[in-house]
Amino acid sequence: MELTRRHFLKLGTAGAFFSSLGFDLRPAMAEAKGLKISRTSETRSTCPYCSVSCGVIIHTLGDRAANVTPTVVHVEGDPDHPINRGTLCPKGASLRHYVINDRRLTKPLYRPPGAAHWHEVEWDFVLTEIARHVKDTRDRTFQSRDEKDRIVNRTLGMAAIGGCTDTSEMNFLLVKTMRALGVVYLDQQSRL
Amino acid sequence: MPLELKALSATNYPTRGIRETPRVCKLIDVSTCIGCKACEVACQEWNDTPVAETYPYTGSYQTMPDLAHNFWNLIKFREAERDGNLHWTMAKYQCMHCEDPGCLRACPAPGAIVQYTNGIVDFVQENCIGCQFCIMGCPFNVPKLSPRSQKVYKCTLCSDRVAVGLEPACIKACPTGCLQFGTKRQMLERALKRVKQLRAQGFSQASVYNPPGVSGTHAIYVLPFGNRPEDYGLPRDPSVPWVVSLWKGPMKTVGSALLLGGVLAAGLHYLKFGPQRVERKD
Amino acid sequence: MTNGWIDIGNSDVILAMGGNPAENHPCGFKWVMEARKNRGARLVCVDPRFNRTAAVSDCFVQIRAGTDIAFLGGLINYTLSHGLYHEEYVRLFTNGPFLVKEGFSFKDGLFSGYNPITNTYDKTSWQYEQDARGYVKQDTTMQDPGCVFQLLKRHYERYTPEVVSQITGASVKDFLKTAEIVCSTGTPDKAGTIMYALGWTHHSFAVQIIRAAAILQLLLGNIGRPGGGLNALRGHSNIQGGTDHGMAYDKLPGYLKIPPVSHQDLKDHLRENTPRALTPTSMNYWENYPEFFVSFLKCMFGSHANKENDFCYHYLPKIERDYSWVNLFDDMYQGKLEGMLCFGMNPVANGPHSNKMIAALSRLKWLVVAECFETETAQFWKAPGIDPTTVNTEVFLLPAANFAEKDGSFTNSARWAQWKWKALDPPGEARADQEILSSIFQRVCKLYQQGGGTLPEPILHLNWPYSNPANPSLEEIAKEINGRAVADLKDEKGEVILKKGQQLSSFAQLRDDGSTACGNWIYCGSFTEEGNMMMRRGLRDPSGLGMFPGWTWSWPANRRIMYNRASCDAQGRPWDPTRAAIQWDGEKWVGDTPDYRPESPPEAGLGAFLMLPEGVGKLFAPDFAEGPFPEHYEPVESPVKNILHPMVSPNPLAKTFKSDMDRYGSPEEYPVVCTTYRLTEHFHYWTKHITVNSELQPEFFVEIPEGLAEELGIKNQQMVRVTSARGSVQGKALVTRRIRPMAVDGRRVWQIGIPIHWGFAGRVTGPLANLLTPTALDPNCSTPEYKGFLVKVERV
Repeated sequence: MELTRRHFLKLGTAGAFFSSLGFDLRPAMAEAKGLKISRTSETRSTCPYCSVSCGVIIHTLGDRAANVTPTVVHVEGDPDHPINRGTLCPKGASLRHYVINDRRLTKPLYRPPGAAHWHEVEWDFVLTEIARHVKDTRDRTFQSRDEKDRIVNRTLGMAAIGGCTDTSEMNFLLVKTMRALGVVYLDQQSRL
Repeated sequence: MPLELKALSATNYPTRGIRETPRVCKLIDVSTCIGCKACEVACQEWNDTPVAETYPYTGSYQTMPDLAHNFWNLIKFREAERDGNLHWTMAKYQCMHCEDPGCLRACPAPGAIVQYTNGIVDFVQENCIGCQFCIMGCPFNVPKLSPRSQKVYKCTLCSDRVAVGLEPACIKACPTGCLQFGTKRQMLERALKRVKQLRAQGFSQASVYNPPGVSGTHAIYVLPFGNRPEDYGLPRDPSVPWVVSLWKGPMKTVGSALLLGGVLAAGLHYLKFGPQRVERKD
Repeated sequence: MTNGWIDIGNSDVILAMGGNPAENHPCGFKWVMEARKNRGARLVCVDPRFNRTAAVSDCFVQIRAGTDIAFLGGLINYTLSHGLYHEEYVRLFTNGPFLVKEGFSFKDGLFSGYNPITNTYDKTSWQYEQDARGYVKQDTTMQDPGCVFQLLKRHYERYTPEVVSQITGASVKDFLKTAEIVCSTGTPDKAGTIMYALGWTHHSFAVQIIRAAAILQLLLGNIGRPGGGLNALRGHSNIQGGTDHGMAYDKLPGYLKIPPVSHQDLKDHLRENTPRALTPTSMNYWENYPEFFVSFLKCMFGSHANKENDFCYHYLPKIERDYSWVNLFDDMYQGKLEGMLCFGMNPVANGPHSNKMIAALSRLKWLVVAECFETETAQFWKAPGIDPTTVNTEVFLLPAANFAEKDGSFTNSARWAQWKWKALDPPGEARADQEILSSIFQRVCKLYQQGGGTLPEPILHLNWPYSNPANPSLEEIAKEINGRAVADLKDEKGEVILKKGQQLSSFAQLRDDGSTACGNWIYCGSFTEEGNMMMRRGLRDPSGLGMFPGWTWSWPANRRIMYNRASCDAQGRPWDPTRAAIQWDGEKWVGDTPDYRPESPPEAGLGAFLMLPEGVGKLFAPDFAEGPFPEHYEPVESPVKNILHPMVSPNPLAKTFKSDMDRYGSPEEYPVVCTTYRLTEHFHYWTKHITVNSELQPEFFVEIPEGLAEELGIKNQQMVRVTSARGSVQGKALVTRRIRPMAVDGRRVWQIGIPIHWGFAGRVTGPLANLLTPTALDPNCSTPEYKGFLVKVERV
């Protein structure tokens, strides 16, 4: 560190000067840092990672007034939760970054056959196209009876996987709709 | 539990107020640490410390080699053979909040380092001049300079949380209860009880780490191998460096005289050469 | 979990094996620490690596990956040969006294009934001896050489400490140290628990490892007791809920079965799935299968389902084979599928043999992925080494909401269904999965309404009672899952117990005549007329054992400890009065929701395991593919031959695949045992998108034992290449003393470890661990063998 006169002054004089004169710094110090969650909205939730399913409190900006767009300012363990009792692991403790993350997908993306890039598209386009694919594949590959003429009523041309990251209600809806479509290739993470 | 000042850096003013506030303490029971790093993340999250752009691999499970200006809480991982058995110790490291803080003693910037009556030693970056004397004064090698802001940072024991009656973020997050928080008396009692338990389990050297060289600390440890604090990354017998003791002791009067001389010298310098042009990069 | 997270705090001995709870379930691991602090409990860790659970354990033993049955078999033998089992418990609550048919045998690694041509077992000889009424013959003294208890003894007497040591690589001394602790809980005043996870399920004999653990726990009298049980630590927040709700090719919600082709009408299906009681005292609760199944059909197809049309039984697809994960991707690789919907799953990263996954996806016409982040699966067409122009799959990547952006319930490992609330809206145009799925389904319905098509009825007749058909509220679905009365429900006296339209309060109310509709019988009671029970936040704990009956809701019937009748002796008194799950108060069972008929007195001797036709726990289980007793088989890729029966070395029924991509390595070429695992700093393949977690564990690495590193000239942090028969990965070496060399059958065997968390999509990237893993499956549950396969290691 090169000691210029400025540094020298800063170092020595200020300290000595104020201290010898008894400059009172207390008023400045008494203003403790404000608590960043003192007026946030609290939402009780469940950590989405492992199966301990710790209770978490999500602190969002604002008091849920109409004109506020909330963002997550902090996530902490729920001290009332009988299992985790307020504690979290390093994944649960970083949940804010899982929600507020610049890598989150925010637009439907479409990749046509052979393309090297994504195209940003509208919801209406993707939903219409997917529904058409589902129906076409089902109609094309639907098996009413097997080779022994037994009723099978199934779709062998499409599969559905997933759900363990989602709610039980979504899982039920997935099973309900897929079985109605005749899907038999149905599986999820519990197999793996 | 409002914050009440006990000591300020570079200030003679008797700061102690009349209110009696409990002295707080963090207890780290190393025997129950699973190295999960929840405390590391909770610390970053609460204090909004910026995460590095790149993440160097350290060749071990330890997040980084040492504490950093933006990383105030680090679990140190060590593999050691003791009594023919492999031990993989994980010990959280952070500011110890010394009763006799070397950093505060060394600091020449008024009010840049404060000690509250509850025992927390806090850095006030607004008043920090970046001289790094605190780094020299710390027997635990804790404070770190931010290259960007040229201020020094370290664990605050979440003084903002404690001020409103909450526990520090690391304490709250710790899944196994390895970290505990309460008054110093409670934590010492708890630590001694745990030491007794550990000794009964065969850890004959178990002990409490509350180093007297700095008049005790507000972060204390239970060490299963208390005779080998180095194995947990802790100094054996820390104390305020003699240079700092000297500088704030007998040298202080001499220093004041010299500083007064400095002011006079600076005044004379100004009269002779005029104001110094400060370059932009300064 | 048979018990629950908090209940681990009531244990005296905790065996963490096939799981690494300190790293993967830290907040659940808290209760291990509580048990140690408050009860002086001992923690035993058995694992291929000295991991962070081992670091705080009282006793750690390293074993070779994939030798768990040998180790557990040794513990069973130790328990039996040292007389450490809980005899009264075994007599009362297990099938130890049951007589097995005379033809049953085990020789040279095979049980009786093996057919080498079909590679299956004829299980006729595995059945029990039955009397004239069809009930199992028993010898309550358990001395008959043909009774289960004696057969068990004989089967496991081969698993001596020396044999265990030769197979697992653990020293005899270490094994005995473990056995002494783990097998110490066979007394009424002690309770021990086992915590396991994917370290047991990722093998070609996974189910049998868990069976071996169940046998051990039954012998020690630990099932059903506070502080006991056999506790599966599941890997995702709602993987339990997904499993419960039938997200499996062969299941329907509530573990009902998707009908096989052979059940051509409802009558067949119900008959085949309604078991017959095997003892006069068995409650045989699956007897109610028709009530559960018809109520499910009624929920699915509403007013269209009636007695005359078999409640639309034919709308359900029928199966004749295994359509599970690895089979699905094998079929996809063969070009048999056109499209796939993928909601929050990442097969390229999750599945075994990532390159085959990518090749399979390339053969789809279309792929829909709903996700928060751009995963490896979403961008498989630009995976390293893939030329996108050669991939003709049309891919739709839909931005999805995450947990904080919607309400709904997650069911944890302890079967607690916990409601959560929505904190904020999803970012940008992202939508909740249920809205995405419903929008697609509604459009499909419209297409069928407008243009006809093949068998549109199951789609058009699907009950869709939601206020907003394109975006059903999750509360409405939760109510539907719980079920309601379709007509006024009357009891035997003719009194109305529930009015038409009211929510059911218990699965005991379900009917098989179409007067009740219920989406999932085991969740019946979760959303009653009193409201959403999953929202409850009561913190009363009357037992003091951490059951918290007023906190959310757990299936079944808000029961916190399964099989809790077994926590009491024959008279209904708790084995350990300081840890009473339930007890008989002279009129009824009190405490936790009894896993028993609530008013049945102990003298009636009703079986404690009410779901089983036997009415008791099964030491001998004729239900499984490769045998009624677990036997040690080597992994499909193993460095050694099975020393117990070299001619039958791996599991004879393990499934492998035959495509050009399915390759399996030999120990000559790939001499090192490799295992894969998670680290505490990351969650699966998600947190590599997050800065904080990426800082904690920034880079893919390979854990290599010191001795092997020396042999290969590898220093810490140097680049190494790990190659299996299927692929190779490169990463920095983490040279450690925490994995030791092992002597296996007189040879030195090395083991290495690979964390799974990286991939080619993320804030930080790295190789996929699953580039290495084999397509070898367990014959019962088709889980792949991610742990204990062969590799070679080289310095780069």
